[in-house]
Amino acid sequence: MNSVTEKRPHIASIRPRNTRWFIALLGVLALAPMFIYPIFLTKLLCFAVFAMAFSLLIGQTGLLSFGHAMFFGGSAYVTAHALKIWGLPTEVAILLGTVFSASLGLLVGLVAIRRQGIYFAMITLALAQMFFFFCVGLPATGGDDGINAVPRRELFSVIPIADDRVLYYVVLAFFIASFLLVYRVMHSPFGQVLRAIRDNEARAVSLGYEVGRYKLIAFVLSAALAGLAGSLKVLVFRLATLVDVSWSTSGEVILMALVGGIGTVTGPLLGAAFMLTLQSALQGLAQWMPVAQGAVFVVTVLLLPRGIAGTLGQIRKRSRHNPSDKPINHVTTPHGNNRAARALVDKTDTNA
Amino acid sequence: MDELFGIPLPALAGQLTLGLINGAFYAMLSLGLTVIFGMLRLINFTHGAQFTLGAFGAWMAMQYLHIPYWGALILVPVVVAALGILTERILLRRVYQMDELFQLLLTFGLALIAEGMLSVAYGSSGLPYDNPMPGGMDLGFMFLPYYRAWIVTASILACFGTWFAIERTRLGAYLRAATEKPQLVRTFGINVPRMITLTYGFGVALAALAGVLAAPMDQVKPAMGSALIITVFAVVVIGGMGSILGSVVTGFALGILEALTKVYYPPASSVVIFLIMTIVILFKPVGLFGRQA
Repeated sequence: MNSVTEKRPHIASIRPRNTRWFIALLGVLALAPMFIYPIFLTKLLCFAVFAMAFSLLIGQTGLLSFGHAMFFGGSAYVTAHALKIWGLPTEVAILLGTVFSASLGLLVGLVAIRRQGIYFAMITLALAQMFFFFCVGLPATGGDDGINAVPRRELFSVIPIADDRVLYYVVLAFFIASFLLVYRVMHSPFGQVLRAIRDNEARAVSLGYEVGRYKLIAFVLSAALAGLAGSLKVLVFRLATLVDVSWSTSGEVILMALVGGIGTVTGPLLGAAFMLTLQSALQGLAQWMPVAQGAVFVVTVLLLPRGIAGTLGQIRKRSRHNPSDKPINHVTTPHGNNRAARALVDKTDTNA
Repeated sequence: MDELFGIPLPALAGQLTLGLINGAFYAMLSLGLTVIFGMLRLINFTHGAQFTLGAFGAWMAMQYLHIPYWGALILVPVVVAALGILTERILLRRVYQMDELFQLLLTFGLALIAEGMLSVAYGSSGLPYDNPMPGGMDLGFMFLPYYRAWIVTASILACFGTWFAIERTRLGAYLRAATEKPQLVRTFGINVPRMITLTYGFGVALAALAGVLAAPMDQVKPAMGSALIITVFAVVVIGGMGSILGSVVTGFALGILEALTKVYYPPASSVVIFLIMTIVILFKPVGLFGRQA
């Protein structure tokens, strides 16, 4: 492919076209509460952060985690406990939850990254189930009732997040920060190495990269972001329950990322919007939800494997395209698609 | 001699029997997953739902068609396998060229649909299924219900039958050859796509058979398969999906180990298999019986 034009990959800088899109998106999100129920939107942003965390991992490293609920729900429990039982300030509780998930991510990652592909998926699922049973047995989680009526205290002792509208803008700020972080990671040399590993691990190893460490860092980052989403979720719902750590939540985040478009920047937001709309459309028919989710899985995999954002991106594909916006290859090409790896060779050349 | 490390012998023996039964289910389900994975290179996430369909099939056969347990034992696996074959022909076949993760998500979606439909139709609380073999025998040190003995016997028979069919028959030889070199086997005039379909059907039948066996043990519930299949995934990771014998041995061993944990340290019994999985991955990532991929 046109490796010549891509010899100097755009590191870090947000290019003009993207900036325009980004500002448009910000405008829509800033004005949205005037038209849509703010709690719905806040929920949407929470799940979008969660889906972003998951999507970062699979999009950049190709690792499908079937256990992200443990980071989301684990952090939700820690945050809820810190707010309600320990009476800590909101910002400290959010930090605690996120740090907890990052540490849990480190432990789980150390075990799980030893295998790839479907084994990685099965291992993360099994470890998340172990965490689920652990939560069931721990008295602090409140068993089936969970931790409810979690107080919404002023953020930094001044911002009144008890007001739904204020809370929306606070969560929006967290969403934007996560969005920029993910964008920055994807467009960094670190992100490039991750994609090189994803596309051809043996080659990355032969180039002297410590593959395991890169994967582990990506996993911890993803776990921490999922934890942030879980903490924010507690502020919105004022509740942390066993559902948050159950396998069905892990399945939901996969579905959001898949529907939105794995590896795309806007996919998680679109996927979360799709899921929540589906949920409210099935209001009163809650027992049909798993069937609907399953059907969406089947239809997306068969007809729209690139998801909404990936398919739209493909339609308006232009001559110049961005390697990191590309969804992961849905057709396996054992040694194909070495563009990222080639960029990596260029990089090592200049280093030498 | 009626105590062992402070546990009364009858209680220990009773728990061990339950462990053997759980082990029997782990063995049958992980065997099915292994057989399917060997041929299709696909992790069948629908396996748990197919187990549940087996149990519900037995209940429906009794309820609507008045087919007794022994009839259901033959009929239900065949019907569920036919459903599986249909799924393979219509859906799975389309994703063989795709990344394995998409195959996994497709089968996960199918599992959600199947279990979701069952809970919409029958609720999530559970339906009773009468024990076809009431009573039991006194072994002196414990009381052994006939049905429990039957589950273990039936499971061992099914596992042995599978091993025999794959390792000792001509069809099994074709199958093993097709697993290694599908293109080459096709040039010999053997219909490999049909063998793939039949293999999938066979794996599904094993899951459904386990489901029928499980029906009289406890209530028939839509969620019974998904809880079990996650544990079976851990069993498969521990065993390594390398060999038939490996998955059977691992299944039974872990069932017994889980029972012993329940006796000696109950709080850990729900997580012991996952803990062992963690340890195995750290020391032997390919699993106990796994081959380097």
